[in-house]
Amino acid sequence: MNRQSLSLAAFIVAVALPLPADDAKAESLYVPLLTYRTGAFAGSGIPVANGMHDYLTMLNERDGGIGGVKIEIEECETGYTAEKGVECYEKTKAKKPLVYNPYSTAITLQLIPKAPVDKVPLLSMAYGLSASAVGKNFAWVFNPPTTYWDGTSAIIKHIAEQEGGLDKLQGKKIGFIHLDAGYGKEPIPLLEQFKSKYGFELFLYPVPPKEMQNQSSIWLNVQRDNPDYMIMWGWGAMNPTAIKEAANIGFPMNKFYGVWWSAGEDDARPAGEGAIGYRTLNLNGTGADYPAIKDIQRLVVDTGKSQVTSKGRVGENLYNRGVMNSVLVAEAIRTAQKLTGKTAIDATDMRRGLEHLEITAERLKEIGLEDFMAPMKVTCEDHNGHHAVYVQEWDGKQWKPISNWFEPMKDVVRPMLEQAAAEYVAKSKPPERTESCD
Amino acid sequence: MLYREAGQFKTSYAADQAIFPLIEDRIGMLATLLVAGAVIPAIGGDFLLNGVMIPFLIFALAAVGLNILVGYAGQLSLGTGAFMGVGAYACYKLTTQFPDVNIVLVIVCAGFFSAAAGVAFGLPSLRIKGFYLVVATLAAQFFFEWAFIRIGWLYNYNASGAIEVPGREMLGIAITGPAATSTTRYYLVLAIVIVMTWLASNLIRGRYGRAWMMVRDMDIAAELMGVRMLRTKLLAFAVSSFYCGVAGAMMVFLWYGSAEPSAFSIRVSFQVLFMVIIGGMGSLLGSFFGAAFIWALPILLRLMPELLGLRIGSQTVDQISQMVSGALIILFLIVEPHGLARLWSLAKQKLRVWPFPY
Repeated sequence: MNRQSLSLAAFIVAVALPLPADDAKAESLYVPLLTYRTGAFAGSGIPVANGMHDYLTMLNERDGGIGGVKIEIEECETGYTAEKGVECYEKTKAKKPLVYNPYSTAITLQLIPKAPVDKVPLLSMAYGLSASAVGKNFAWVFNPPTTYWDGTSAIIKHIAEQEGGLDKLQGKKIGFIHLDAGYGKEPIPLLEQFKSKYGFELFLYPVPPKEMQNQSSIWLNVQRDNPDYMIMWGWGAMNPTAIKEAANIGFPMNKFYGVWWSAGEDDARPAGEGAIGYRTLNLNGTGADYPAIKDIQRLVVDTGKSQVTSKGRVGENLYNRGVMNSVLVAEAIRTAQKLTGKTAIDATDMRRGLEHLEITAERLKEIGLEDFMAPMKVTCEDHNGHHAVYVQEWDGKQWKPISNWFEPMKDVVRPMLEQAAAEYVAKSKPPERTESCD
Repeated sequence: MLYREAGQFKTSYAADQAIFPLIEDRIGMLATLLVAGAVIPAIGGDFLLNGVMIPFLIFALAAVGLNILVGYAGQLSLGTGAFMGVGAYACYKLTTQFPDVNIVLVIVCAGFFSAAAGVAFGLPSLRIKGFYLVVATLAAQFFFEWAFIRIGWLYNYNASGAIEVPGREMLGIAITGPAATSTTRYYLVLAIVIVMTWLASNLIRGRYGRAWMMVRDMDIAAELMGVRMLRTKLLAFAVSSFYCGVAGAMMVFLWYGSAEPSAFSIRVSFQVLFMVIIGGMGSLLGSFFGAAFIWALPILLRLMPELLGLRIGSQTVDQISQMVSGALIILFLIVEPHGLARLWSLAKQKLRVWPFPY
């Protein structure tokens, strides 16, 4: 029995003690990172986590933080599960975080209603709920630079370009393979709309999360339906499996398009030669050829402060995605500092910072990331911006851009977003926005 | 010495049938309730309530439900996750259809839908037993997971494919949705769990509980003695699924705040089954021990490095915590295969004779 009573005592001590202790501390900017380096989605989660962590660490090392205030970074392992997501949120909330980056649709959906109540902004960079782009309904949620519906329209636009115009899509067959969860299903309404507008045939291939690594039957169906193009919305172990299967059945890889989350080096690499030609959308530059990334290598990786397994992994696509996420966080902090005149800002200031976030081409050059991403701007009404994306192709070793930055079909997507936001508001009745647009 | 029944005379049938016949047990229970009802909300922050206690109580209720089926009635089931899901989705559909109905009522009503699902998938139990029955309940798991993903009507055709909890009030206090404080939700969960556990304990000590235990110990003998298999087994499935359904509804409405179908995967079924096995089959107290062990112990382990001042990467902490809890599960099962509840009763026996062990 001793064992049990001991563990009970330790449990009470452990839970009760650390809560109030953190108030009296020197100024710092506390940014919790909800990451996942374990579980079925770790393959995608690890590079993102490294990128987010390393860029902020680099700012601490090189500039002593932002505006002279150190960033306090804390990772919390979610394993991509909702239950640990809640645990991490509650655990970090007491330390007054500036912003949350959940990197999971399920956790984002849980946090969206909590954000206006707990007054902590949520940055779901190009994932989460597309409708949260509507600032008048979602004052505390930000999903720049672009939404899944923008991504869908961008892929259709690129396909149409290959075919010689949107009218040439008539009678074509397009397959959509997606993770059978909220994330993967999001593009379907837009694809259905395009289907009736442009007259192509649409085939859906849902992949249940527990069947991610066992897709052979799904690809048999693909072979039977023989679509002209395939579009993929995958994450974690689903991506490399799908690319391998596509290569196995000899699907023409340059007609296989992935979203920006199906764009890891580790997704394409396992299929070897077969993956050559596989295309994805992208939001950020790849490679380590940027001064800021070089600084990360010099100050963070070389000094052993990073968790990357080898220096070569710095600059990989999902790593750079994580860097981009941290760039948005850092720039929003800077904007908030400028707006309020304080250096140690709080979450309310951070929300204003995110709402006034503008990253121009000049600013990108200043922070050592010239052409790393499309210049972007968030406004009070538009928490997304629907910014430009580009298409890249796998050449067997690395990603090569095959298009310039181009705009998604904002005119089609925005009305759908407004409608979806109105529906969400009607169903869930979130509290009215009280924050004024300044 | 500390736990003696000597001198405590029962002078009425009511006293003889009391849930806690010993004064020590009554004191212990009151103390536990006091800690749960007053001390924990007073000292705990959101993390203790939202991250530890609410999920612990919800899992404990689900474990009580499964324990009725597995531990008392002897019918193995791997469909817990699905039945919890039925409760959650039923609750969501009901409260979006009838927004003015009190949410507590809706949560309890959701249990009936889950009970109906349990009866439907419990029908094979009349013909098959043991591992074969596990396969039949596994079918429930797969079927409902499929339904939650595929049938848009169940999630009101939300673009996200998830169910999102609307804000609901009772007596002017927000009890679901983002505006509800963790203290309010904790008290509600605590109240529901206490009432339902009390009902379960009475049910088990009564005629139906005894019939279940007869079926568990030897179903042919039970049948010969006049226990009707159809009614008894299906009732076990219904009651068990009712408990799981209420737990599932509470999980989404009072804990998660929104849920994707993956929240009710087979992982949850296993988790609750482990709680029952570790806690002790056929023991309500064991369900609570099991839930504490499986849910709270890993959290404690994850907090340890920070308390000890160690800087370890978050994923290493997670992996260590999984390894240690796995090792502890094996250790406890070797030390006491009948679960933590059995350890507790051994301890009570020791206290009874202490300090003279012979």
